[in-house]
Amino acid sequence: MITTLLTVLRKELRETFRDRRTLVSSLLMGPLLAPLLLVGAMQLSLERSLDSADEKVPLTVSGAAHAPALLGFLRERGISITPRDGTPEDIADWVAKDKELVVLDVQEGFGKALLAGEPARLALHADGSGTTANRHVERARRSIQIWASRIASSRLQLRGISPALMQPVVIDDVDLSTPSSRATLILGVLSYMVLLVMLSGGLYLAIDATAGERERGSLEPLLALPVPREHLIWGKVLATVVMMALALALMLAVLTVMLRRLPLEEIGMSVNFGPAVALAVFGAMLPFTLVGAALLTVVASFTRSYKEAQTWLGMVLLVPTLPIAVAGVLEVSPSPALMAVPSLSQHLLMQGLLRGEPLPASYAAISVTATLGIGLALAWVAGRLYRREKILG
Amino acid sequence: MIRVEQLAKRFGRVEAVRGVSFDCPDGQITGLLGPNGAGKSTTLRMLYAALAPDGGRALIDGIDVARDPLAARRSLGVLPHGAGIYPQLTARENVRYFGELHGMRATALEARVQELVEQLGMTEFADRRAAGFSQGQRTKVALARALVHSPRHLLLDEPTNGLDVMATRALRELIRSLRAAGHCVLFSSHVMQEVAALCDRIVIIDHGVVAAEGTAAELQSRFGGATLEESFVRVLGEREGLA
Repeated sequence: MITTLLTVLRKELRETFRDRRTLVSSLLMGPLLAPLLLVGAMQLSLERSLDSADEKVPLTVSGAAHAPALLGFLRERGISITPRDGTPEDIADWVAKDKELVVLDVQEGFGKALLAGEPARLALHADGSGTTANRHVERARRSIQIWASRIASSRLQLRGISPALMQPVVIDDVDLSTPSSRATLILGVLSYMVLLVMLSGGLYLAIDATAGERERGSLEPLLALPVPREHLIWGKVLATVVMMALALALMLAVLTVMLRRLPLEEIGMSVNFGPAVALAVFGAMLPFTLVGAALLTVVASFTRSYKEAQTWLGMVLLVPTLPIAVAGVLEVSPSPALMAVPSLSQHLLMQGLLRGEPLPASYAAISVTATLGIGLALAWVAGRLYRREKILG
Repeated sequence: MIRVEQLAKRFGRVEAVRGVSFDCPDGQITGLLGPNGAGKSTTLRMLYAALAPDGGRALIDGIDVARDPLAARRSLGVLPHGAGIYPQLTARENVRYFGELHGMRATALEARVQELVEQLGMTEFADRRAAGFSQGQRTKVALARALVHSPRHLLLDEPTNGLDVMATRALRELIRSLRAAGHCVLFSSHVMQEVAALCDRIVIIDHGVVAAEGTAAELQSRFGGATLEESFVRVLGEREGLA
């Protein structure tokens, strides 16, 4: 049995490694591009949130002469003001030309209304579809409101009323998240990605070794050999496992290098992703390759062609992400029972490792045992399925 | 020696094979002749235990195929209908893979593969990847693969499909040389001339039963056609009349 398994394993891997297109999509696209995209997106959002705190908000003001005090206050708050007078039509025109432009329109009666104690109207013009413009509008609005509430307070004080009356409730924001747990919020998406990339690493081999082999007509001579069919299928499952493990290792290596370049510390976060953690994640994820490989092989045995297999197996790739999504919605915390659920237990183990709060060894043991058990059961089912007469099509 | 006794197989409501019996003696080429859909491939598939018969049995050197498929397959070389090869492997690797799965030892396997490469005229493309092979080259590789463990019995399901004249002639030569070496060859085809040119004995299958059996000459005299083709048509026509 071992000899057959190894013979099949060697042949499947040799075939895969010779097919450049397959190799690129299983070992290059996923493991390299996915972390690149993730880290790229994270970097972008980090840079944004770092900038925005001390970013100069540009504000074009029409009718600046009518509100010198307000503009003085806004300048103090780090808003850079460009006076430029125009009618509302002109302003609409400017905004249409420059999507990032935010224009404050101060009408002539503004000062008078203010003095009379009537609501004084201002208009903020911006293109609401742009994120930059929206952010600037928010900053400008907040500053104007602060100025307005100061005026309101002084009006109340003039009339002998405490401004505190206007504030029946004060909310204090107390952020209890530790830097590391805040980072895992961002990194939460990592488990999904690692799982998906790992599974898709073996996808093409799984399809080719089953539906592909049948479509090419090489399955029937193979099944006419004096070898139990299960052994052939297990060899194919094993080859898929190897490809998945390779994709996983590659991706973790890429992540280790790339996450270190991220300025997470600057916003008070620390990420545990050194070589040691990467190795532990590899160990935690590895048993799941058997479940994935066997599952793909089982589903592939029902498909009649390469195309059909691609469609179905593409969907099967999403199955392991379901328990993670459900657990995410229900906000479960790790328990021995949950550690028996494949994919979810890997997710929990990985989250623990990333957070720097690894789960107890007994949890890891349950995860490995349960996952391997289910993987072996699925592999057995795959073997049975290839004994059906229908398998020849 | 292959013996087929009252083999029967149904797929749902379709009775593909209904009680087929015949013998294929060693050192002879037996032709399984019949129109498309007559039950030839189904019969052959039961011989190498890809399908389990619903009735009757198939014996390879006295081994009941359904009872001990692995033992029966050990002495069988099979070239299934439309057999494909692995495009990313070279011709030699394709053949070697099957030899390894037969459990052959490395040195003996290398020698055997080389022998087949020469015997089947594959020297020119033996170490090229199979991706761009012609139908003839692919068939040669598939045949070498079926022969790698030097089986006593050879099952060939429409092996000349898609082969040109030269390749067909070469294949015939090869099959004859196997007969000379004492092998038992069972050869299925829907092409009359093919069977007439090659086979010692002919089993005509139609609608899942044996319609006639004998040497080409016997069939001709029994059904009185001037050529084997005419006899074949008469056999089938007679059955049509009966039905």
